[in-house]
Amino acid sequence: MIDQKRRKLLKGSLGVGLVAGAGLLSPQALLAAWPEAAFTAEDKAAAMKDLLGSETFENSDAVKIEAPPVAENSAAVRVTVSTDLEDAKSITIFAAGNQRPLIASFELPEHAVPYVSLNIKMAETADVIAVVQTPKGLFGAARMVEVTAGGCGA
Amino acid sequence: MASSIRIRAKLENGVTTVKTLMTHPMETGLRKDEETDETIPAHFIQEVTGKWRDQVVMKGQWSGGVSKNPYLSFQFKGGEPGDAIEISWMDSQGNSDSATTKIAD
Repeated sequence: MIDQKRRKLLKGSLGVGLVAGAGLLSPQALLAAWPEAAFTAEDKAAAMKDLLGSETFENSDAVKIEAPPVAENSAAVRVTVSTDLEDAKSITIFAAGNQRPLIASFELPEHAVPYVSLNIKMAETADVIAVVQTPKGLFGAARMVEVTAGGCGA
Repeated sequence: MASSIRIRAKLENGVTTVKTLMTHPMETGLRKDEETDETIPAHFIQEVTGKWRDQVVMKGQWSGGVSKNPYLSFQFKGGEPGDAIEISWMDSQGNSDSATTKIAD
């Protein structure tokens, strides 16, 4: 009887140890804030819903995207996003034609100017979409980028 | 080892523009090795942070859709020449790096 109880206790503590150990070994656990589901989603709407809480945004001229109409190198397409919208909290960038459309999301802490510029991979001719999160909702814009040579497999 | 990060920070009309280049393969985990037909493991920067005077002024979360050897530029208000700027990243394999510079005159 006592032996059985003891065995249970041992089993229980072993289980806890394994769970804690697995957590420590996983890089994902260290990056708990990295939204894996959104980044691995193969559908732009699903990625947006997961990350920003909505599948849709309001089109706005106040969200500005600079991108080349034709990408000479689909492995590095320079995309610049800025906005005049007040109290912008974040800027999120999608490449609608990529296997995993969510490319990057930037928080805009105090002092930040709502502006980011970076190089992204594009698998095929598609819209680059930028979504800005504000207290009044999600606002966004799209810009078509033509990919001439074979895409980069992003 | 030399830093994987190069940074330039310039002040103009009260706005500091930071430009940074990071050396990183940015493997999506979706590509196959053409010779062996084996999937190349994912290896990309997941988080990138920009600090001014130890205060976070930029925080990005990335997929493998950001280009190899990433280029990133961002802006913030309030910098002064000589202020410290720090850029750091952490990748999907748990590696990290950071570098600092000062805002140019």
